[in-house]
Amino acid sequence: MTYNINEKGYYGEFGGAYIPEMLYPNVEELRENYLKIMAEPEFQKEFNQLLKDYVGRPSPLYFAKRLSEKFNTKIYLKREDLNHTGAHKINNTIGQILMAKRLGKHRIIAETGAGQHGVATATVCALMGLECIVYMGEIDIARQAPNVARMKMLGATVVPALSGSRTLKDATNEAIRDWINNPVDTHYIIGSVVGPHPYPDMVARFQAVVSEEIQWQLQEHEGKTKPDYVVACVGGGSNAAGAYYHFLEDTNIKLIAVEAAGKGIHSGESAATSVLGKEGIIHGSKTLLMQTPDGQITEPYSISAGLDYPGVGPMHAHLYKSGRAQFISITDDQAMKAGLELCQLEGIIPAIESSHALAVFEQKTFLPEDVVVLSLSGRGDKDLETYINYFNL
Amino acid sequence: MNRINKKIQESKKILSIYFTAGYPKTDDTVNIIQNLEKSGVDMIEIGLPFSDPLADGPTIQASSTQALKNGMTTEVLFKQLKDIRESVNIPLIIMGYFNPILQYGVEAFCKKCEEIGIDGLIIPDLPVDVYNEKYKATFEKHGLINVFLITPQTSVERIRFIDSISNGFIYMVSSASVTGSQSGFGDEQTNYFKRIADMNLKNPQIIGFGISDNKTFLQATQFSKGAIIGSAFIKHLTKEGVTKINSFVKSILK
Ligand SMILES: Cc1ncc(COP(=O)(O)O)c(C=O)c1O
Repeated sequence: MTYNINEKGYYGEFGGAYIPEMLYPNVEELRENYLKIMAEPEFQKEFNQLLKDYVGRPSPLYFAKRLSEKFNTKIYLKREDLNHTGAHKINNTIGQILMAKRLGKHRIIAETGAGQHGVATATVCALMGLECIVYMGEIDIARQAPNVARMKMLGATVVPALSGSRTLKDATNEAIRDWINNPVDTHYIIGSVVGPHPYPDMVARFQAVVSEEIQWQLQEHEGKTKPDYVVACVGGGSNAAGAYYHFLEDTNIKLIAVEAAGKGIHSGESAATSVLGKEGIIHGSKTLLMQTPDGQITEPYSISAGLDYPGVGPMHAHLYKSGRAQFISITDDQAMKAGLELCQLEGIIPAIESSHALAVFEQKTFLPEDVVVLSLSGRGDKDLETYINYFNL
Repeated sequence: MNRINKKIQESKKILSIYFTAGYPKTDDTVNIIQNLEKSGVDMIEIGLPFSDPLADGPTIQASSTQALKNGMTTEVLFKQLKDIRESVNIPLIIMGYFNPILQYGVEAFCKKCEEIGIDGLIIPDLPVDVYNEKYKATFEKHGLINVFLITPQTSVERIRFIDSISNGFIYMVSSASVTGSQSGFGDEQTNYFKRIADMNLKNPQIIGFGISDNKTFLQATQFSKGAIIGSAFIKHLTKEGVTKINSFVKSILK
C-alpha cells in the first residue's frame, strides 16, 4: 500500500477531479504541467531562494524543554509560526504564484476562512505584482477584521461570499465560480490540500519542505532523521500533509492528526470530520465530509476559523481509512487551555489551530524516550481577540 | 425509444426549461411540470437542489437554498414524481450535483428514475472518465441518457470524444460562465455556435446558460437544435409564483 497519490490522482479511493466541464481546461492544464514545472531546476532555485530569503526558512525545529518535562517525553516544535505572515500557508502560496507565472496567468484568486491563506496569497501577489482577488465569507469578514485590513493593505480585493452559510465553504464555492467565469487568464491558489486533483498533491509537495527540514534538523538534535511521532492539526490538512510528507511510507513513524471537536463531537457544533463525516464529494474531491443523510454539505463549527471546514483533504481521508494516522478530536476548551499552557511554559503564543495539536499531550501518553515532532502551524497574533474574549484578558 | 431521442427526431427547435424542485414551494413540482408541458415546452430539467451548486449563479443558488429550507430532498422529489407519467409525456431530465446522488446510491437512484419515467440525467460534476468507468453500465441498464456539457474552452478533440459517448444531445454551455450571468449573445458566442454547428456532430446540441427571452432563444437556436432556460424562469417564478407559466413560455416562443 502507498499512502501517497497514485498516477490517477487518488489516495486509495479518495481524490480525483469531480469538476464541471467548465473547469476541465483549467484543471487539465495544471495537471499536465505541474510536475514538469516543479521539476525544472530554475523553478526549484527560485522557490528555494524565496523560501529562504523571503519566508525565512528553514523554520527552527525547537526542543521544547519545559513542555517536554511536563509531559515526560521529548517534544520538538516545528516553528512554522516564525514564517513571514505567521503560518505555514505561505510555503504553498510561494509555490503556486511561481506556478501561475509559468502558466502565463496574471490574475490570482483565492478563498480564505480566517484570512491566513488570504493574507499569504495577497502577500505573494504583491511580491510578484499580480492582481489578487480573495473570496471570504461575509461572516468571516466580520470576525476577522485585522486580516481583511492586511489583505487590503497588500493590494488585494476582498470579495464577500454572500451565498450559503457565508463562511469558508462558500468562499471556496465563489472562488470556483470565479474560475469558471475567467477560464483563461486566472489561476486559483487553493489554500489547503483540498479541491480537485492535482491540487491536493501540488499543495502537499509545496508544504513538503516542512518534513524535509525536520529530517536533517532532527539529525542535528537527536542523531537520527526519524521521529517516533508527528503531530499536526487538520483543517483541510496542508500543514499536516507537509509535516507527514517524507514520513508517509515509513510506518514506524506514527502520525497523529488532530481535528477540531468544537463544543463536543456530538454537540452539533463540531468540525471533527473523521468522526462525523462520510464519503462524498466536496469542492471537486472525493473525500470524507460532513453532510446530511441526503448529501447536503453541513456547516462545521470550531473556535478556530482555520479548522472550520466540513471536509478533509483526500490524503487525510486515506490516512484515516487505512489506519495509517491516528485521528484525535480536541474541543475548543481543550485547545484554548493547551494554547495558554504553551505561552506560559515556552513563551510562544500559538495560533488556535496549532493549539489543537498541542492539546494532544493531555489526551495521549507518550514514552519518555519518544521523539514527538509537532507542527506549530501558526502564531497567535491573528487570534488575540479570541484569546482575549475567552480568557477575559 | 427514449423520449429524448424521440423528441429530437420529431421536433423542430426544442425549448427546454430548468427549474429547481421545491421552489418556490415544496409541493409546486408537479404543478410546474404539468403547466410547462401544457404551455408548449418540449423538455424539462428538474433540478435536484444542492447546498453547494458550484456551476450555478446567484439565481439558481438562491432557489436551491430556499428549496432545501422548504424541506426538499431526493426522497421527497421521488415521491412527488411517482405518478408524473400519468399526466406528462414530454422528456424529463433530472439535473443535480453528484454528492446527493452518491449518498442515495447511484444504482438505487437510477432504478428509481426508471420506475418514475425519467429519461436522462445531467450531473455537471460527474466527470466523463468516472462515468465511463464506473456508472455507464448502470445508467444504460435503467434506460437513462447521461448528458455531457461542452463549453467554448472545450478542445475539438474532447468535443469529438464527448460526441462519441453521448446518445441524446450535447449540452452546449453558451459562454465561460456559471448559470444566469449573460445578457444577450455577442460575436464571440455566435462564432462559437457556428464553429460547433460546422463540426457536424453525431449528437444535436442544445444551448444553455444565458438564454432568457425570445431574442436569445432565437439566436441560440439559429445554430442548434434547441435551447435551455433556467435562471430566467426561476426569476419568473420568484416574481409571479406558479400561476403565469403559460405567459412566460409564450414570451419565449412568441
Ligand atoms: C495556523 C494555521 N494552522 C492550520 C490551519 C489549517 O489548515 P490546514 O489544515 O490546511 O493546515 C490554518 C488555516 O487557516 C492556519 O491558519
